[in-house]
Amino acid sequence: MITGAEIVIRCLQEEKVEFVFGYPGGAVLHIYDALFKQDKVKHVLVRHEQAAVHAADGLARSTHKVGVALVTSGPGATNAVTGIATAYMDSIPLVIITGQVPTHYIGQDAFQECDTVGITRPCVKHNFLVKDVNDIAITMKKAFYIANSGRPGPVVVDIPKDITAAICKFDYPKDIQMRSYTPVVKGHLGQIKKAVKLLLGAKRPMIYTGGGVILSNAAEQLTTLTRRLGFPITNTLMGLGAYPATDPQFLGMPGMHGTFEANMAMQNCDVLLAIGARFDDRVIGNPENFALQPHKIIHVDIDPSSISKRVRVDVPIVGNVPDVLEDMLKLIEAESSKTEIADWWKEIEGWRSKLCMKYTMKDVIMPQYVIEKLYEITGGNAIITSDVGQHQMWAAQYYKFDKPRRWLNSGGLGTMGVGLPYAMGAALANPGMQVACVTGEGSIQMCIQELSTAKQFRLPIKIINLNNRYLGMVRQWQEMFYGSRYAESYMDSLPDFVKLAEAYGHVGIRIERPEDVEGALKKAFVDHKDDLVFLDILTDREANVFPMVAAGKGLSEMILAEDL
Amino acid sequence: MRHIISILLENEAGALSRVAGLFSARGYNIETLTVAPTEDLSLSRLTIVTSGSDEVIEQITKQLNKLIDVIKVVDLSEAAHIERELMLIKVRATGKDREEVKRLADIFRGRIIDVTELTYVIELTGSGSKLDAFIQSIEADLILETVRTGVSGIGRGDRILKV
Repeated sequence: MITGAEIVIRCLQEEKVEFVFGYPGGAVLHIYDALFKQDKVKHVLVRHEQAAVHAADGLARSTHKVGVALVTSGPGATNAVTGIATAYMDSIPLVIITGQVPTHYIGQDAFQECDTVGITRPCVKHNFLVKDVNDIAITMKKAFYIANSGRPGPVVVDIPKDITAAICKFDYPKDIQMRSYTPVVKGHLGQIKKAVKLLLGAKRPMIYTGGGVILSNAAEQLTTLTRRLGFPITNTLMGLGAYPATDPQFLGMPGMHGTFEANMAMQNCDVLLAIGARFDDRVIGNPENFALQPHKIIHVDIDPSSISKRVRVDVPIVGNVPDVLEDMLKLIEAESSKTEIADWWKEIEGWRSKLCMKYTMKDVIMPQYVIEKLYEITGGNAIITSDVGQHQMWAAQYYKFDKPRRWLNSGGLGTMGVGLPYAMGAALANPGMQVACVTGEGSIQMCIQELSTAKQFRLPIKIINLNNRYLGMVRQWQEMFYGSRYAESYMDSLPDFVKLAEAYGHVGIRIERPEDVEGALKKAFVDHKDDLVFLDILTDREANVFPMVAAGKGLSEMILAEDL
Repeated sequence: MRHIISILLENEAGALSRVAGLFSARGYNIETLTVAPTEDLSLSRLTIVTSGSDEVIEQITKQLNKLIDVIKVVDLSEAAHIERELMLIKVRATGKDREEVKRLADIFRGRIIDVTELTYVIELTGSGSKLDAFIQSIEADLILETVRTGVSGIGRGDRILKV
C-alpha cells in the first residue's frame, strides 16, 4: 500500500517521464514529498506556473513525448491556463497535474480553491477530477493515452489533497480500452484511391501541409510522396520542417505572411492535397475568396471536425497521416505514369521570380538579416523557438527548416511569452543541440522570470531579442490600418537587457550595427556555447513584415514590400 | 432547419457541462436539452433540439463525437422518429374559463392533475409543436405558469441507439 502522491509519481515513472515542470504549493505538498523521495523523475522548478506548462509544451513539441506539468490548486491552476490553452490550440500532448483542496472542502470557497475542471474544460482535450485514491492510476493511464493518441492535446488531472494522502495498492494498467474514445488510424482505402486518381490526373496540383504532419511524425512519408509526385508543396507556420525548406519543390509558407508563390499556387491549383492542416484564417484568408480556379480538395486529417469546417472538401480522408500517406504511396508506386506538370511549374517559377522575400539593407540592423545570419551560423540545425509578433514571422520566413520539430511557436493561440519556456523544454529534452529563442522586447518580458530557471538548470539557450522598441506587429497594423496612430504600441522604459541578463547570471551582449551581427552570433554560439546568452539586437524600428494579406482578404490580394 | 440530436454519453460528473459548454463556446444554439440515465446506469441519454444549416449540423455532430465522454451521436431527424415532450401548465380556472380550459385540455388529450378553486394544473405530452399549439389556444392571461421538459426522441422501428 502506498499513498496517492506516491502513486502519481509511480505513474509518471511507468510513463517514462523524465522531466516534470512545476511549482509547489499547499495542495500538492504530498506529491512534492513523493517526488523528493525518488530520483527517476526530475523536477524543473519554474518561476511562474504559466512557464511550467509552456516548458512541458516545448519538450513535447521538440520530441513527440508527452509533456508533464505539476501545479498547485487555485492560482497555480489559473496561472497554468494560458499554457494549457496554447497547447490545446496547437494539439500538443500534455498531462497537467493540478492540486485541489481536500474533497470535503470542495465547493466551500476554501483557501486556494478554484473550479479547475470547470475553468480548463473549454481548453483541454479532456480533464478529470480524481475523487478516490483507487482511481489515480487508471486516471493517469487514461490521461497519457488521451493526450497522445488521435489528435493530441492537453489533459488536466485535478487531484484533491486528501486523495494524495490516502493509501491503496498500486497497479498500473498495461493498456487501456475506452468505449467512448477509439481514435482511427487507417484511412478509408476507397477514399485514398479516389485521392490518388485525382492527384495523378492533376494539371496544377498543390500540396499544403500543417502541424498534423509534424505531430504524427510523418515528415519522412510526406517527403517521399512529394518527391515521387514532383508537386509543389507549402508548409504552414505549424508545419514548417515537414518538408525540407531548401528543396526546390518547397514554395515557402502560405498565408497572411506567406510567400507570393505559395499563395498564388494555392489560389490557382486544380487539385489541392491538404494534410494535417485546418484551413485556418491566417492561412487561407477569407474562405469566400479562396482557390479561385475550379478545383478539387483532398483533405487528410485525424480529426473529422477539421474537415469541411471552413472550406468544403471533395475527398475527405480521416486517418493517421503517416498511415494514409503510406497507403497513398503504395498506390502511386503501382502507377508507372508520371504527371506532366511542366507548364504549371513554369507558372510557379514566374511567381517565384518576384523574389517576394527580398529586403533592403540599411545602416541599421534589418531583422530579416539577423535571422539569415542565425541560419548560417547554426548551420540550419538549431531548434528555434519564437514568441509572437513580427520576429515570429521573420523567423518562420528566413530560417530554412529542413527537419521537423526544430521550429516551436504558438501558432494557434498566438501566446506572447512562450519562447523562453519552449526553449527551456527543448534544451532539457535535447541535450547537445543548439537552441535559440527568437523574440522581441515585448514578448520576452512576458516570461522574463524564467531566466532564473535557465540559470538553475544551466540551459545554454541563445536569446535573439529583435529589439525595435515597439510592439512591432501591433505598430505595423496601426501604420497600415489605423493611420499610423501608435496607440500603446511603443515600449517605454525598457530594461537594460544586458544588465538584466547579467543580473540573472547570464551573458548579455548588445548589438547596434549590422556589421556586428555575425561576430556576436558566433560569440554566442561558439565562445559561449555552454552559457545562456542574451543578444539584445537593436533593429530597424519600423521594419514591416511582408508579403502580407490583410485580415479578411483573399490570398490573391497580397501586399508586397515593393508595392509600397 | 430544426434537428433533434440524440447522444449516448458516459454517466459521469461533468459530462453534461462538456456538451452544454461545447454549444456555447462554438455559438451553436440549444432550443431544448434533456438528459437522464438509461437502463444501463453507466450511460446517460441526452437529447438536444438545435437548428442550423447542414454545415453547422455536420460540425455539431463532429464536435460532439470528439468529446471524450460521448459514445454515440445520432441526428434523429435524419429519418423516421418519434418525439415527445411533457409540459405542466398552471392556468387560472374560474367562472366560464373553468369549463373552457377543461374542454381544451380534453381536445389536446391533456390531463388535469391538480385542481383548486382558482387553478388547474394540466399535464400534456406531445411533440414540441403540439405543446406550442396548446399554449396558443389558451388565452394568454389565463396562463399562470408553464414548465416543459424539453424534447425526448427515439428512432422508429429498427433504428436503435445503443452501445
